[in-house]
Amino acid sequence: MSDEILDEITGSEYKYGFTTDIESDTVPPGLNEDVIRMISAKKNEPEWMLEWRLDAFRTWLEMTEPEWHNVTYEKPDFQAVSYYSAPKQKKTLDSLDEVDPELLKTFEKLGISLDEQKRLSGVAMDVVVDSVSVATTFKATLAEKGIIFCSMSEAIQEHPELVRKHLGTVVPKRDNFYAALNSAVFTDGSFCYIPKGVRCPMELSTYFRINEAGTGQFERTLLVADEGSYVSYLEGCTAPQRDENQLHAAVVELVAMDDAEIKYSTVQNWYPGDAQGKGGVFNFVTKRGICERNAKISWTQVETGSAVTWKYPSCILKGDNSIGEFYSVAVTNKYQQADTGTKMIHLGKNTKSTIISKGISAGHSHNSYRGLVRVGARAENARNFSQCDSLLMGDQCGAHTFPYIEAQHPTAQIEHEATTSKIGEDQLFYCNQRGIGTEEAIALIVNGYCKEVLNQLPMEFAVEAQKLLEVSLEGSVG
Amino acid sequence: MIKIKDLQARVEEKEILKGINLEIKPGEVHAIMGPNGSGKSTLSNVIAGREDYEVTGGAIDFEGEDLMDLDPEERAHKGIFLSFQYPVEIPGVTVSNFIKTAINESRKGRGQEPMEAREMLAKMREKTALLEMDKSYLSRSMNEGFSGGEKKRNEIFQMAMLEPKLAILDETDSGLDIDALRIVANGVNKLRRKDNAVLVITHYQRLLDYIEPDFVHVLYNGKIVKSGDKSLALELEEKGYDWIKAENA
Repeated sequence: MSDEILDEITGSEYKYGFTTDIESDTVPPGLNEDVIRMISAKKNEPEWMLEWRLDAFRTWLEMTEPEWHNVTYEKPDFQAVSYYSAPKQKKTLDSLDEVDPELLKTFEKLGISLDEQKRLSGVAMDVVVDSVSVATTFKATLAEKGIIFCSMSEAIQEHPELVRKHLGTVVPKRDNFYAALNSAVFTDGSFCYIPKGVRCPMELSTYFRINEAGTGQFERTLLVADEGSYVSYLEGCTAPQRDENQLHAAVVELVAMDDAEIKYSTVQNWYPGDAQGKGGVFNFVTKRGICERNAKISWTQVETGSAVTWKYPSCILKGDNSIGEFYSVAVTNKYQQADTGTKMIHLGKNTKSTIISKGISAGHSHNSYRGLVRVGARAENARNFSQCDSLLMGDQCGAHTFPYIEAQHPTAQIEHEATTSKIGEDQLFYCNQRGIGTEEAIALIVNGYCKEVLNQLPMEFAVEAQKLLEVSLEGSVG
Repeated sequence: MIKIKDLQARVEEKEILKGINLEIKPGEVHAIMGPNGSGKSTLSNVIAGREDYEVTGGAIDFEGEDLMDLDPEERAHKGIFLSFQYPVEIPGVTVSNFIKTAINESRKGRGQEPMEAREMLAKMREKTALLEMDKSYLSRSMNEGFSGGEKKRNEIFQMAMLEPKLAILDETDSGLDIDALRIVANGVNKLRRKDNAVLVITHYQRLLDYIEPDFVHVLYNGKIVKSGDKSLALELEEKGYDWIKAENA
C-alpha cells in the first residue's frame, strides 16, 4: 500500500468541528477558592456540597500531575482555563420548545434529535453543553417506574440524600490528580438512580458537548443501580475544532448493588486535533464502578477522538460472584495519543472479569493498552480473561501493551492473550479483487477486527460507532 | 474476450514474464501449465492488477478495453475474477457479509442498485447447495480456521456469486483431496456458459480430468512455449516437465 493511499484514507476531517454562536455565561479563567464558591453559588448548592468541593480543591493543590502514562503533551495551565460556562438562558427548562434555537441547530448538526425521533426510538437523553445540562428527555415516563434521570445539578437540589450518600464513594476525591480537580470544579453531568428490582425500560443516554473556547468540561456522572435492577447507559461526546487544547476531566461513578447490572457504553469523539497535531481535547477521565454481591458492570467504549486520552474504566468486584467486563476499541490517527485500558480489582469470591481491548493505530499516533488485574487475598476462585489486540496501519504509528497482573490468592486463574497485526496488502488486494475498493476494504477489515466489541453496543449505537470508525480512518466519508 | 499481447512483467527487478501472447474467447476454457517458477501466478496477478507486479511491456485488452489503467477493483467490476492460490483470512468478517459487500460494491461500480436482500439470500442458498457447502459457512469468518479444501470451495462459491466473465483459477487444485476436487470442479463446470470463460492455472494435470480445457498452454521461463488441445496435458503428465526444459534449454 503506498503512502499516498494511506494518507488519503487516514486523513479524514473532523466533522463536528463547528462552534455555535450561543451567548454564554462564562466565568473568567483561573482557579482558586473564590471561583469554586462562585460556581457553587451559581448553582445554588447546599453548604455540604461547597465544603466537599473545597476539601477536594485543597487536596488537589497538594497533588502533582501523573507522569507514568505513555503520552507526551504540554501540561495544561490550570489557571488559564475557565471552569464554568453555560449557554445563557433562564433556569430550568420545562419543555424542548424553550431550548435556544441555536442550540437545537447544534444538536441537529450532531445528528441528535431531541424530540420525536428520540421518543420513537426509545432513548432517554440528557444533554450537557460546556458545563451545564440543557435538556433531559423522557423524565416523566421514567418517573413512573421511580427511576431518577436528571442532571447532576438538579440531583443535588432534588435528591441530596442520594447524591450525598454515593458521591465520591467509588472515586474518592483524592483518588488522583484529575479526579480531585473534577471534584472541586465539576459543574454538571448526569445522575441516575434505578430503584430496587426495576429494569430500566429504555436506554439512558447523555450527550456531552464542549462549545465555548478556553473552557474545560468537568462533568460528573453518578449512576446508582439498587438491588436487582438493570440499566443500560450510553454516553456520546463531541467538541468543536479549535487550535488550542481543551481540557476534559470527567469522573464517572457506578454503583451496582446486590444482583444489579449496569451496562455503560461510550462513544467518544472529542476533537482529535488537526493533521499536524495542533489543538484537540485532552481527555483525562476517571471511570470506575463497584459491584456488590452477584452484581455485574460492563464497560464498552469506542474511542476515536481526543488529542490525548488517559482513561481506564474499571471495576471493583467487591461482592462475591460479581462480574466485571471491559470491551474497548480505541482508534488513534494523525498525532493522537491514547493510553487506555482498565483495572479489574477482584475482592470477592468467585468473581469474574473479561477484558477485550482492540487498539487501532494509524498516521503518527500512539496507542497504548494499560490494564491491571488484581486478585485480592480473599478472592477465592477469581477468574480473568484478557485479550489485547493491536492493529497497525502504516509504519509511522505505535502500539504498546502494558498488562499488570497481581494475584494474592493461589486459586486465581488469569489468562492474557495479545496479538499485533497489520492490515496486510494481501488482505487489501483480496478485497480489491472482489470489487471492494481500498477505503471500503479497510472499513470492512476494521469492523471485522472490532466485532467482538461492537457487538456489545446497543444496536442503534453500534451503527453510529461503525460509521465513526470509518470516518476516523477514511477519506471523505461524511 | 481477453487478448494478451507480448506481456512482460517483473517483480522487484526480476523479469518474470517475457512476452506472453494469449487470446481467450467467450465460452472457452484454457489451461496454463508449467513448472514452479515459470510465471504462472505472476500472470494471474498481473491480469488481476496487483500493484507489486510491474508491467514493463505489452498490453492486455479485455472486451475492447485496455486493462492497464484500471485498478484491481475496477477490473473486478468488469468481470475479472481470480480464485486465489492462498485465500486470505479476514477475521470477524463473515462470508455472507463479505460476499454481500463484494456484490454490492461491484454493482455500484457498474452504476447498478444494490441487490435486494431477498435475492441475495436466495442466491447464497442456491450457490452453497451447488458447492455442497453447509449453510453454517456463511456465518463463519472469511477463511479463518478454514481447511485448505474449505478455502478453495469458498473461492468458487464467491465466483458463483459474482458471476464473472473471466474466471482465473490459480492452482485451485492444490491442497484439495479427491472429493473436494470433484466438488470444486463440478461447481466450475456448472458455471460454464457461452458468454464466460475460464483460465485454469495448474501444475498438475489431474484437475483437467474434471475441468476439460479446450486449449492447453505450457508456460516455461516466462513464455508460452507450447500450445495444443487437452492431449498436451496428458503428454506433459507422461513425459514430465523435463521434456519441456530440455526442449527449451
